[in-house]
Amino acid sequence: MTPVLDFVPIWTLILGAGIFFYVLLDGFDLGVGMLYGLAPDVETRNIVMNSIAPVWDGNETWLVLGGVGLLAAFPLAFAIIIPALYFPILAMLLALVFRGVAFEFRFRDSPHRSFWDHGFCYGSAIATFAQGMMLGAFIQGFEVEGRHFTGSALDFITPFSLMTAIALMFGYGLLGAGWLILKTEGEIQAAARRHGKVCLIAVLIAIAVVSIWTPLMNEDIARRWFSWPNIAFLSPVPIATAVSAFGTWRALNGKSEAGSFIGAVLLFALSYIGIAISLWPMIVPYHYDLWEAASSARTQAFLLVGTLFLLPVILVYTGWSYWVFRGKVRGDGGYH
Amino acid sequence: MELDPVFLSRLQFAWVVAWHILLPAFTVGLASYIAVLEGIHLFTGREIYLRISMFWIKIFSVSFGMGVVSGVIMPFQFGTNWSRFSDATADILGPLLAYEGLTAFFLEAAFLGVLLFGRKLVPPWAHFTAALMVALGTLFSSFWILAANSWMHTPAGYDIVEGRFVPRDWIEIIFNPSFPYRLAHTVTAFYVTTAFAVVAVAAWLLRSGRFAAEARIMMSMTLWLLSLLVPLQILIGDFHGLNTRDHQPAKLAAIEARWETARSVPLTLFAIPDEASETNRFEVDVPYLASLIVTHSWDGEIKGLKDWPREDRPPVAIPFFAFRIMVGIGLLMLAVVIVSWWLRFRGRLFDTAWFQRACFLMAPLSFIAVLAGWTTTEVGRQPWTIYGLMRTADSVPPSLSGAEVLISLLGYVVVYLIIFPAGVMVMANFVRKGPDSIESDSPIESGRPERPTRIQIQSEGESS
Repeated sequence: MTPVLDFVPIWTLILGAGIFFYVLLDGFDLGVGMLYGLAPDVETRNIVMNSIAPVWDGNETWLVLGGVGLLAAFPLAFAIIIPALYFPILAMLLALVFRGVAFEFRFRDSPHRSFWDHGFCYGSAIATFAQGMMLGAFIQGFEVEGRHFTGSALDFITPFSLMTAIALMFGYGLLGAGWLILKTEGEIQAAARRHGKVCLIAVLIAIAVVSIWTPLMNEDIARRWFSWPNIAFLSPVPIATAVSAFGTWRALNGKSEAGSFIGAVLLFALSYIGIAISLWPMIVPYHYDLWEAASSARTQAFLLVGTLFLLPVILVYTGWSYWVFRGKVRGDGGYH
Repeated sequence: MELDPVFLSRLQFAWVVAWHILLPAFTVGLASYIAVLEGIHLFTGREIYLRISMFWIKIFSVSFGMGVVSGVIMPFQFGTNWSRFSDATADILGPLLAYEGLTAFFLEAAFLGVLLFGRKLVPPWAHFTAALMVALGTLFSSFWILAANSWMHTPAGYDIVEGRFVPRDWIEIIFNPSFPYRLAHTVTAFYVTTAFAVVAVAAWLLRSGRFAAEARIMMSMTLWLLSLLVPLQILIGDFHGLNTRDHQPAKLAAIEARWETARSVPLTLFAIPDEASETNRFEVDVPYLASLIVTHSWDGEIKGLKDWPREDRPPVAIPFFAFRIMVGIGLLMLAVVIVSWWLRFRGRLFDTAWFQRACFLMAPLSFIAVLAGWTTTEVGRQPWTIYGLMRTADSVPPSLSGAEVLISLLGYVVVYLIIFPAGVMVMANFVRKGPDSIESDSPIESGRPERPTRIQIQSEGESS
């Protein structure tokens, strides 16, 4: 029973990367889904949807891997966090179902096209909003006794989680706009630049608010960031964030087609790192750390064998399929 | 009225998994059928097999897509409604479920794209390999999910440490006592279900008088397959029953509605089991038959439900009736297969109207058989989530209220009642258009843009 090797760090890395991939990948296509609602005509909607059609289902599969990965590697976190987020998870799942089938049915079930159009747009918005509330509730922590969540199913609704929910909508909107700038041209691209700018301003305000609000809520987090010498070690995070924000703004206003998307990805990565620094090593804030919530070494080892083989293959293939579908998307479904 | 979170959570799980299981019941078999068709086309070069394959690939892509979206729901159910179960068992079941997820992802990422979009992009043998790998992938998925499910019925290879199950031997965990039988029985059921769906479509095309050549091949192939699989399935079912007798005798007692332990037990064809008075009403019995079936001897002993305290007994009526529905449909399937031999011998297989009607009806019945079989085994497992070790009532989160589960249940009901009929309509449209409409469709395939071939060729010339 005694663990010979400590697998927790590697599982933290795998799961941390997995969740980040999910946020990034489904983030941009949920963002595109929300911007879809602003498209003025059918032609534009076709182009916007086709820009993510080849990749969305792969993106969503990361959510399943994140879920079962958490269950297998950190079961205590799964058993506390998921019931605590009962309703946001329900809303997210139902919204994702609608949004997922809309891709297929919009083309196949043309008598109800506008129904599926709405399902796609609102589904994307609701799923994003729900994920934002989960993020807020996670940062605020859960009421726990023993190995169970003991709060109420409505605990997740707080001013803070409402704020993070709206912030995430703008964040995904920014990723989505960056993606559309990359994949489209002409009037659609110009509109994406305009939307991107609005989103970027909102995202920067949100990052500032969270950065002030979180340390005010929690003394440990304040001490971690602002005590000496931490403040010196950690200062690159806010500085890099400011630089990325400036770069994204320049890219949105300039000619660069990849810059806005790359900038948005950097902003997400830095925010993610910021949250990780604040909460480390907690996985059930503020009750259990990664080691306390981990499954047995045998469990983690058994799963690691296959994961180390399958995950790189999946990553390479994912990269390859993005490469295949590179270039601008057109209304008739082709790329050029 | 007091809303019971345990009961409502069970209803919710039953609802989402029942819809979800219909998709693998179809896609596991269909993936293998497509691989066979692609293989025949590759080795014989006969184009008709290609047309049939492309026809089914379209339907496959819709059902696979719906399988993905309804599958995303499933792992979260373990957390939202069964968190204490998850906490207790995750060290064992977590990796099995994660391997299922990885396998499905691997298949989705690596080979489905080639199967759906790559016909012109890769050489024929590579496309055939992709079809084989997709089929293999669906079987791997079934393997892991059924390993996890079987372990809940017949746990093995574990230790219990501080109230949690921890792994001792992975081989024992995966190949737990009921797993080989359950895997064989379930996968065969999936193949049979798909085969009847194919037969039904072929029968419908024959009756509508279109695509007769394609329909004849579909019908002939699948009826040969069913000639093998239906008798085999009955045999496997028998072995599975013996396994249940050895490892889950209370479930078997419920299936047969036996209250008293006895020898030379009659088979109850019909009854209304009454749990309060521990008797059956309106019994219709066949002497000795239950002993013969369950123990393979005339005077074999079958345990009765009264051997267990009431709180350890499964519900009786549901497994009893569900089992009879499953077996009844199985016997109808056997009848269809035997009639098909006779019609084939007489040379009337493709022009007997009443037989075509019967074949058409068998498709929904075969899906119902899958659901009935699954209901039998899962309700028969009650009142346990881990048989004999962890109660269903102790598996839900303590924070959850009945009203909350009612809201989520209603949400799932409403959404599934919209998307599943819509999905069936889309697939029915493909059937109505028939196998010929393959090349001349909209430029958007399954919501995805046109062939990667075009993209590659065109992106060579431009660098925008």
